[in-house]
Amino acid sequence: MIINGVEIEDTFAEAFEMTATRVIITAINYKWARHAAVTMTGFATSVIGCGVEAGIERALGGDETPDGRPGISVLLFATSGSTLAKQVTNRVGQCVLTCPTSAIFSGIESDQKIPLGQYIRYFGDGFQISKVIGGKRYWRVPVMDGEFLCEETTSRVKAVGGGNFLVLAKTLSQALLACEAAIDAIGKLPNLIMPFPGGGVRSGSKVGSKYKGLMASTNDAYCPTLRGLTRSELTPDIEAAMEIVIDGLTAEDVRLAMRTGIHAVCALGASQGIKKITAGQYGGKLGQFHFHLREIMNDAAHA
Amino acid sequence: MTPLTLELHNIPTQRLDLSALTPDRLAGMSAAEISLIPLWMGNRQHTVEDFFSITGEDASQLVLNNAMNRLDCIGADMTSGNITINGDAGVYLGQNMRGGKIHVNGDVAEYAGSGMFGGHIRIEGNAGDFLAAAIPGERKGMRGGAIVVMGNAGDRVGDHLRRGTILIEGNTGDYCGSRMSAGTIIVFGKAGNYVGFGMKRGTILLSNAPDIMLPTFNDAGYHDLGFLVLLLSSLKELDSRYAMNPARKRVQRHLGDLACNGKGEILVWSDKTNMNCT
Repeated sequence: MIINGVEIEDTFAEAFEMTATRVIITAINYKWARHAAVTMTGFATSVIGCGVEAGIERALGGDETPDGRPGISVLLFATSGSTLAKQVTNRVGQCVLTCPTSAIFSGIESDQKIPLGQYIRYFGDGFQISKVIGGKRYWRVPVMDGEFLCEETTSRVKAVGGGNFLVLAKTLSQALLACEAAIDAIGKLPNLIMPFPGGGVRSGSKVGSKYKGLMASTNDAYCPTLRGLTRSELTPDIEAAMEIVIDGLTAEDVRLAMRTGIHAVCALGASQGIKKITAGQYGGKLGQFHFHLREIMNDAAHA
Repeated sequence: MTPLTLELHNIPTQRLDLSALTPDRLAGMSAAEISLIPLWMGNRQHTVEDFFSITGEDASQLVLNNAMNRLDCIGADMTSGNITINGDAGVYLGQNMRGGKIHVNGDVAEYAGSGMFGGHIRIEGNAGDFLAAAIPGERKGMRGGAIVVMGNAGDRVGDHLRRGTILIEGNTGDYCGSRMSAGTIIVFGKAGNYVGFGMKRGTILLSNAPDIMLPTFNDAGYHDLGFLVLLLSSLKELDSRYAMNPARKRVQRHLGDLACNGKGEILVWSDKTNMNCT
């Protein structure tokens, strides 16, 4: 399959079942809500080393938040409910509670609850106040700028992590430009995040390593500087490869994001140095979800 | 189906216990069966047909017509359905109720909503003393749900309140929120003296500062409290005039009752120019 001169490889992205939650951070204005959200989603690129993958979903107007203030919607993904619960509590305690004027609320509903402010309340040292409003329990924790208001729990839902595609380009700057176009397009979609810095990944990994204890290592087949030394997937006219990783609340969200991103890249086309779109996978035996690139783009053609 | 309607045609000479007549208990019963349900008046046992004429069949929408203040325990222990009372109600309205809704188009006597765990009571008229309070010997009053009084309420509103929301659109008597340990009382009119006497925790939200604030409440100053936005927006479900007001969250906070080492709060809205008092 070729779109605008860009080859779509006949392969698939291998993604995994995860569990996710959405929280809504509000503050006196966007500036402070964003400060809290950026801090909360810091060091949250991969579950391998960070415990959780997190990112900002979108900005919310005052009419979309529980307390009527400007807010930021944040999605967090983990491999288990217990890990997610621990990470959410830690990040609320260190990054949101501490941020001036902030408040935090659940942004998703399900039967599976995890603590949001349930343990943060103890920071109040006995002066915290519980309020049940509309069937939900909130905690008012006294802090130096007034009160930190937080909902007691949030919900977690099944989700999909690790949807991805790789952009192979003639030059590094062309690969970067294409990725930025894809990230901008995908960033407009709801229910998903791109957890890596700025949404792009330059250190795509393969499973395993020659070193004991390392569960992942550099994807040497796509490293241009190793061409000729390893079994490279890069042809001589490709100077750089870059990956975009997508975590979504449903497989359909990830599929739509991949389609949108690949479309944005292909819109630049071969004339802008884009050679090929491929995807990361691990033999197809590890991930529960397979997103076939050509199938996804065929759906787009018929849509 | 038309609502099951009980019309009082024989005025009881003493207080009549109607706790047997709740939507969940009457579900599936025929009019003939309902007419033979025993009712206690003083120490004498009677039946429903001795006092009420019965029409309709939908027990989930029970209507009491010509009701009066000798009819006690209406909706006690009910778990679901609706009761509409056209007239007044006696004591212990909705006592220990767990769900459903009671709508009173009239006044109610003492101890309405005492011990209730859930559900919704709406009183279009006035409420007597000890609204949502613990009965003597009990350590907890209302434990959940919501009560809205469109008129005034008597003394000791929410005595020993444990959880839930009480909204008084009019005035209250003295000792509003006495000995409460949690929950929320909102008074749209004016509260009487000694508000929050013996209060351990919980919130009393007042539109107007009381004439006499207990000396055992300390002024914590003026604050913008974010939870008030959530609280006021939740009142929309209660069809309250409060919900018509723009969200206001600046209040003067008083903490106490320090006489019992309490950590309760009396919040008084500070921006009176925006208030829609009548």
